[in-house]
Amino acid sequence: MTDRANPPEADDRLEEGDQPVPLLEMRNITKRFPGVVANEDVSFDLHAGEVHTLLGENGAGKSTLMKVLFGLYRPDEGEIRLRGEPVEIASPTDAIEQRIGMVHQHFMLVPTLTVAENVALGLTSSRGPLTDLDAVSARMGEIADRYGLSVDPSVEVWKLSVGERQRVEIIKALYRDAEVLVLDEPTAVLTPQEVDDLFVVLRQMTEAGRGLVFISHKLREVMDLSDRITVLRNGRVTGSTVPAETSRQQLAEMMVGREVNLAPDKPPVDTGAARLVLRNVSVIGDRGTLAVNGVDLDVAGGEILGVAGVSGNGQRELAETVAGLRPAEAGSTVELDGTDITAANPATTRSAGLSYVPEERMRDGAIGEFEVRENLLLVNHRNRSFLRGGLFDNERIRQHCQRLVDAFAVKTPTLDTPTSSLSGGNIQKLIMARELDSDPTVLLAAQPTRGVDIGAAEYIHSQLIDLRGRGVAVLVISEDLDEVLALADRIAVMYEGRIVTVVDRADATREGLGLAMAGAASDAE
Amino acid sequence: MIRRALGGVVPLGAALVAFLFGAIMILALGANPIDGLVAILDGAFGTRERVATTAVRATPLLLVGVGITVAFRARVINIGGEGQIVIGALMATAVALAIPDTPRPLLLPLVLIVGMIGGGIWGSIAGVLKAYASVNEILSTIMLNLVAVQVMNYLLRGPMIDQAELEGSRIPQTERLTDNAALPILVPGTRFHLGIVIAVVAAIVVYVLLWRSPLGFRLRAVGHNPDAARASGISVERSLVTAMAISGSLSGLAGAVLVFGSESLRMVTDGSTAGFTGAAGFNGIVAALFGALHPLWTIPSAFLFGSLLTGANNLQRVLQIPSPLAVALNGIVVVFVVSSGRIRAWIERALDDRAERAERSGGGADPVAAAAGSTSGGGDS
Repeated sequence: MTDRANPPEADDRLEEGDQPVPLLEMRNITKRFPGVVANEDVSFDLHAGEVHTLLGENGAGKSTLMKVLFGLYRPDEGEIRLRGEPVEIASPTDAIEQRIGMVHQHFMLVPTLTVAENVALGLTSSRGPLTDLDAVSARMGEIADRYGLSVDPSVEVWKLSVGERQRVEIIKALYRDAEVLVLDEPTAVLTPQEVDDLFVVLRQMTEAGRGLVFISHKLREVMDLSDRITVLRNGRVTGSTVPAETSRQQLAEMMVGREVNLAPDKPPVDTGAARLVLRNVSVIGDRGTLAVNGVDLDVAGGEILGVAGVSGNGQRELAETVAGLRPAEAGSTVELDGTDITAANPATTRSAGLSYVPEERMRDGAIGEFEVRENLLLVNHRNRSFLRGGLFDNERIRQHCQRLVDAFAVKTPTLDTPTSSLSGGNIQKLIMARELDSDPTVLLAAQPTRGVDIGAAEYIHSQLIDLRGRGVAVLVISEDLDEVLALADRIAVMYEGRIVTVVDRADATREGLGLAMAGAASDAE
Repeated sequence: MIRRALGGVVPLGAALVAFLFGAIMILALGANPIDGLVAILDGAFGTRERVATTAVRATPLLLVGVGITVAFRARVINIGGEGQIVIGALMATAVALAIPDTPRPLLLPLVLIVGMIGGGIWGSIAGVLKAYASVNEILSTIMLNLVAVQVMNYLLRGPMIDQAELEGSRIPQTERLTDNAALPILVPGTRFHLGIVIAVVAAIVVYVLLWRSPLGFRLRAVGHNPDAARASGISVERSLVTAMAISGSLSGLAGAVLVFGSESLRMVTDGSTAGFTGAAGFNGIVAALFGALHPLWTIPSAFLFGSLLTGANNLQRVLQIPSPLAVALNGIVVVFVVSSGRIRAWIERALDDRAERAERSGGGADPVAAAAGSTSGGGDS
């Protein structure tokens, strides 16, 4: 845990307050895969009563380390000690026996079973072959009272909100008396208020002497919750620090290994007339119910409109409708520069001047099996300048694609590399390159930086701001409130299919937007 | 290195295993497998005429197979080759019957094109049903095969029957068609006709279509990921119909070649489902799968299965082993080739495990050296 970035006072202060024997020690863990070292000489410890955050980009080795802890991988080198004793953890069952619990990012619950049944799942019943759900419910009640995690044990899981499901996951771990609890990106699906509630619960858990490993890339939350922070990059520990001694900026730089710009510069731009106009747009979702309900929005040229909201409130359906992928209900109107594109297909919306960066990049944005070159060609493969005698002019296409790859800093070995072998950030840059190449008048970008590394996100943000400077109307839909606040000139909040508020960036507050995202009727100002 | 080689070795291995099964079947039928192999090779390649016959048998397989590559690349599972052959042949034959006096330079291309149109229409029906009514194309093409055979049986027994057969044995066949529609023999003294060349050219054209043209690009995009294709402005529905139309038209062309390349120069069946086609609509799928759904690899693949068909006839003549053995072999090859993707994945995973084990036992040793050691170890086994 020695690091240049960590001043000596911080170490002293930590050592005073903590027990001599840590709850958990992972010493010099190395885990190699063919061709990759996922963890190299990683040491990590956790004391009772603290939140120790593991911070790093995708592929930095956080989840490998946690899989080693949970018995899913055997480390090639290094040892694990619990309460001072070396232990062998060969499977998740061993881990649970050793009182290690994990709350996964994607919940591991059976939706058709009740809360109590889910909690009891995998445990031995006190009544032999019969279930002891009453006893389970009673003990659940004790846990719920103690930590403020109230959930009705008799209700089926599918009826619960996302936040409630997460509480069930935490109760499951506490029911198994987990002393070390790993939380993998627990806030990804929560509204800001739900995050606050979760943090209250987590603090109560640490006060009760449990140790928490918090995995996140949301720097603001990391700063709020952590007692200590360990940063991983490329499988190695790059530093360990405490919130009082660092800043979001510094943490980001430790993650990326170079200077980053978290708050991009936004030069003032004169906004023009509304280019994208939505009036009374209603859309039926996959479940057959109204997913988008009477939405009115205007996006002017030279403006970035951010649509904030917790995912699943109709943002995806709204984006698909604007892109021409999903029909709107009667009475809806979508206009682009005065052209009605309400009932248009994607080919028509594109020729009207729309470019679309979809939310699910590997489903709607790119073809994994296609080569980089082919994905760059996906939208404009009919362009005559790429054809000679009706067939592809491979020489011209190569030049064109090389230019795009260079201009958008897509890291790929060759133009012929299968796209699926690129990182998420590079695939997203590839999609941006393709979508911006057609000189759009309106850009619709859904979750443009989700799952993308900080470097690529920074680049994508600068490209969006650049477009705004060129008079393009940019509609950004994002669950990441920090992203919306950093980019948008105006912010709309979507809740249950409706736009509940639209505010200027200057008037927006995090608290106000958070309330609106949770459905509060008040203005976000 | 090993991984790249696996791509070619596994399908070949599948074929070898299939032929091993064939050897066992020949043994079970009371003959020597070596004699059987000699008889098959002799039957397929023993003389100039036999080589030509092999090529003639391979031609419909190649045309159908090339069509299959187009459909399957767009992820439309076209099992309707049989029906598309039949409809193409019927329409082409009807034209030859209607205007027999048209000069050959006009009539021959015309009947071939009409055959393509017939097969293309028949294929498009399944394409339209899939694209606009979400009807599973496997079901619809199989059903359309049955419909096509019944249409053929009706027409060849009734409206299109050779008048001479009405008083005679009533074989469902047309009269001998005009020589103006016959595919010219290219190698005198054999059955090597123009249709063979047409099929090879078709394979090359389809290769260019799939990998060098915007249309083929769209078909492959739709095949890999229809959601991304649609989002980028490609009409998925139109692409599905186009793929089936192209696929069907190549089968329809195969039907026309079967008629106008035949020695008797007439369309003839025996009332059974494969009576006219000789199951080329199914064997073409085998040829395409064995050719890894690549139009150019389908050429040698179709010739391999063509030689199996002619060789099996000789097997029956020389060793009295029933020629349907070849059909059984086809089936076994399909099973092995189709499962070879899974087999390949198993082998690759085993290689990975070895690499990891070797690394672990190597402890602190240089991981690159450990990986290299295990890779060469894998090559020995």
